[in-house]
Amino acid sequence: MTQSFRLENVGLINRNKKLSFKFNGKVYYGYEGDTLASALIANGVHLVGRSFKYHRPRGFFGAGVDEPYAIVQLYRNGETEPNIKATEQELFEGLEATSVNCWPSVNFDIGAINNFLKIFLPAGFYYKTFMWPKSFWFKVYEPFIRKAAGLGVASTKHDKERYEHKYEYCDLLITGSGPSGLASAYAAAKNGARVILAEDKSRFGGTLLTSEVNIGNQSGKEWAESLISELKEMPNVTVKNRSQVFGYYDHNMLVMSERISDHLPKTKKFHPKQRLWYIRAKEVLISSGSIERPIVFGNNDTPGVMLSSAAKEYLKVYGVLVGKNPLIFTNNDSGYETAIEFQKNGVNPIILDTRKDPKSEIVDEAKNLGINIKFSYVVVAAQGYKKVKSADIAKISEDKEQLGAIENIKCDCICVSGFWTPTIHLASQSGNKTKFKEDIDAFVPGTSKQNETTLGAANGTYTLEETLKNSFEAGYKLSKEITKNDNKISFPNVIEKKSTVHDKFWCVPLPKGKNYKRFLDFQNDVAVSDIEIALKEGYRSIEHVKRYTTLGMATDQGKTSNLNGLQLVSKIENKVVPAVGHTTFRPPYTPVSIGAIVGREVGKHSKPTRKSPMHSWHEKNNAVFVDAGVWLRPRYYKQGNESLFEGSKREAKNVRTNVGVCDVTTLGKIDIKGPDAAELLNRVYTNAWLKLPVGKARYGVMLREDGIVMDDGTTTRISENHYHMTTTTAQAANVLSHLEYYLQLVWPELNVNVVSTTEQWAGAAIAGPKSRELLQKLFPKSDVSNEGLPFMGYMEGDLFGVKARIFRISFSGELAYEVNVESDNGYFMWEKIMEVGQEFKIQPYGTEALSTLRIEMGHVAGSELDGRTIPYDNSLEGLLSKKKDFIGKRSLNRKAFTAEDRQKVVGVVPLDKKTSIPEGSHLVKDSNAPLPNPKLGYISASCWSVEYDNPFSLAIVKDGKNMIGKKLFVMSPLKNKVIPVEIVSSHYVDPKGERVRS
Amino acid sequence: MLYIKCPHCGWRSQNEFSYGGDATVKRPKLGKEVTDQEWDDFVYNRKSLRGKHWELWQHLSGCRQWIKVERDTATHEIFKTLKASEEIS
Repeated sequence: MTQSFRLENVGLINRNKKLSFKFNGKVYYGYEGDTLASALIANGVHLVGRSFKYHRPRGFFGAGVDEPYAIVQLYRNGETEPNIKATEQELFEGLEATSVNCWPSVNFDIGAINNFLKIFLPAGFYYKTFMWPKSFWFKVYEPFIRKAAGLGVASTKHDKERYEHKYEYCDLLITGSGPSGLASAYAAAKNGARVILAEDKSRFGGTLLTSEVNIGNQSGKEWAESLISELKEMPNVTVKNRSQVFGYYDHNMLVMSERISDHLPKTKKFHPKQRLWYIRAKEVLISSGSIERPIVFGNNDTPGVMLSSAAKEYLKVYGVLVGKNPLIFTNNDSGYETAIEFQKNGVNPIILDTRKDPKSEIVDEAKNLGINIKFSYVVVAAQGYKKVKSADIAKISEDKEQLGAIENIKCDCICVSGFWTPTIHLASQSGNKTKFKEDIDAFVPGTSKQNETTLGAANGTYTLEETLKNSFEAGYKLSKEITKNDNKISFPNVIEKKSTVHDKFWCVPLPKGKNYKRFLDFQNDVAVSDIEIALKEGYRSIEHVKRYTTLGMATDQGKTSNLNGLQLVSKIENKVVPAVGHTTFRPPYTPVSIGAIVGREVGKHSKPTRKSPMHSWHEKNNAVFVDAGVWLRPRYYKQGNESLFEGSKREAKNVRTNVGVCDVTTLGKIDIKGPDAAELLNRVYTNAWLKLPVGKARYGVMLREDGIVMDDGTTTRISENHYHMTTTTAQAANVLSHLEYYLQLVWPELNVNVVSTTEQWAGAAIAGPKSRELLQKLFPKSDVSNEGLPFMGYMEGDLFGVKARIFRISFSGELAYEVNVESDNGYFMWEKIMEVGQEFKIQPYGTEALSTLRIEMGHVAGSELDGRTIPYDNSLEGLLSKKKDFIGKRSLNRKAFTAEDRQKVVGVVPLDKKTSIPEGSHLVKDSNAPLPNPKLGYISASCWSVEYDNPFSLAIVKDGKNMIGKKLFVMSPLKNKVIPVEIVSSHYVDPKGERVRS
Repeated sequence: MLYIKCPHCGWRSQNEFSYGGDATVKRPKLGKEVTDQEWDDFVYNRKSLRGKHWELWQHLSGCRQWIKVERDTATHEIFKTLKASEEIS
């Protein structure tokens, strides 16, 4: 394949580096600096896809971010990415891409039959047709529509690429490096401001790269290059290309996606693919330029019909001709600039100008070059199916209603210019109420809402001199306010060709007897007739018209279609455009990859991982870990081929018969100090705390103000004004915030300080009938007898030279102790316990055995204290002080909370003593009752009781106190189980609590 | 993302803070007899205001102080921030 549409010696591409690439399986060549689009056009490829609804052939319409057609599936380094705009994808060696939206191939697409059925596919077609019968929607209609209408295909593989997030602050953020962006950035940077200049494309300079202007005795391109290289050297300036600022959020926070590696065959080692920047800017200068507007005519979606500015860009930047026999269709002077470029490069264009007799420097130049210009002429329809072959043209009357005789002229492309639409997305996203500017028939930003200023073409200023003047001034003024510097640079001399007014003409009428499709929205196949139908059917609001017809939706978000859509609605409704208004501009301005949004927080990194100081010991001893909030905890220590069930049973059994040790480092710990510490505890916990002696621990329950149990745990009085509070692993952070709230806001008079010490202490629970003997050997100098260290006692001890805290508390219901040492000594402590415990047949136990032990003891935990239960429900009503007030006490008077048949925790045993009960199952009286079967309660936690060797569960059941001894059914529709059970006391083992006191 | 001026630390992004609800609600004094209505107003009943609203935020990933913030619930404009000890004027 030769690049037969490539010009010699024109363009900014690197001709020394030839690149090969594949499109739809065929090999082509391009150059470094090409986009996929420019390289394909250079090879004469104009058919790149099929349209969304009618599957009509699709070519290229633009040369950048506004592209509605050329959406491809990209393959790069073993990965695939959908919906990539060929006009934005830079070429690299080995690039592979395929068309989307066509089957079996782009040249022969079965879906194109929709094109002949288009009379049956009007606006709202899906809404109307596929509504009935309802049952068909999911099974028949939706899968079919999805297959037929989908764009690209997302990869189902794990994305191996890395994406990063970056937070940045600056004085001025400037979006776009065209004339206004460069001028304002330069002025502000020279005045000492911290500037970030963001350019979406790979090349800086915007329209300066393609326009014939002179700034300060340099060409526009040279001026841009010299400014950029100076800016890049300045320490207060960050210059970023391939970076799209796509969203303007609250308080001047903008988000930018930087495509670091997308233009390379493979991401470099240690580099991210993309980086998302969160930028907090003091001032934002929006210099995003404008996008050329199409003129609507028959078959205006035929490949080869494109924006005239795009044709110029392909020629001047890439040295590529979009056609060798071009027709320029324009209502303003911009089309002439494109025509002049063609003419200068030996290609003779024809200009059709809708205006009668425009007079300007540019028009004169075209005339002098001998270009064939037809005034008061329009393109009625493009002819050709997969590529423009000719155009039906006609003279148009002065009132633009009557067409003259149709003539057919040969051409291979139609370059359209319908004037310019400012890119106001960012300004609008900031909350700026836009206003309509009559002289350019377009919306521009109104009064600034946040600290944003819109400059240049984005603000509807279309002359270079005015743009540069305003931008220099804005950059200088805004930076002066921030930096207080006063370094104003001089304004360069500007030479540009003067243009004259455009013609407010945007839609060619249909010739008599012809029914051409005239498209407004090229990506979604929305034609003039669709809007007409929507309005006929009563849709008035532009937001409703948008949703009914899909005008302005999809990946290009109507960058080329919105204004013409508004023009049409306002014409039919006989309203002025500003009265119709525009749809809301929402971020993102361009599609952003999910990977960039997620950043590094993927998989294991989606939350932090916390490990106890003993973690490596657990790993070495075959622990199987489980996530407990952000912590990793051993679930059980696997021996041989043991299952979780077998292993946890063995570990729990060993605690009941010998002694076990469990890593309880993850429990929340809060250090509480101050003369009012006891008073704080007394208000936070439901039971009495003022008389707790030093060296004693107490179990406490805390409520929320609405009476629901928030958390439980033990708190120990270390010394007179010093307490050590423990919380559950899950609630640690919330409890700290809760205490801080009351201390800072509600009772600031309390002299207490609280601080989290969860990570400062390593904890080991030693539980089992032999735990005292073991403890005595660990602390030979301490008296750990029942008298020396009674139940709920506390002492400090010396663990082979390491300072330790010893608490006699029990979660397992056995005789048990908890030993805490400073985290650095945690591993030492653990090894010592295991070493000394050998003779008592010690075994470590994990969370599964821990659960088993607490469930069969009837100790409530997270699955009962689930944010829906009050103390009574958990049989904790004995801990409610009658003598004092505490947080949430008043709520316990609520009627529902004091109801006679209030729910309560109970024990559940299957009648067959064999069938395990799934957690979450429901309890019902009659398993055969008609649905909805009244539910009496639910299973909150299940285990295999090692004490009795049968299944045992805890449940929260309505009227629980009167249910003991009753026979009910457990139903689990999910597991398809019905189990006859008996309700028993929740304290299944050692109901009198003798073991912990033994 | 909001930009909140912590009275202790200065300007910080919203992701360092957690929201804490209406700052004008006063907890009845401990031990004080209150009617059901008064208690419900304290625990549950909140106005869903459009416009200026005094609310609590905690500078969770910073100084851990609870602060009072006057914010417009419709526009997100923040007018004033106060320390926990300062009275809303």
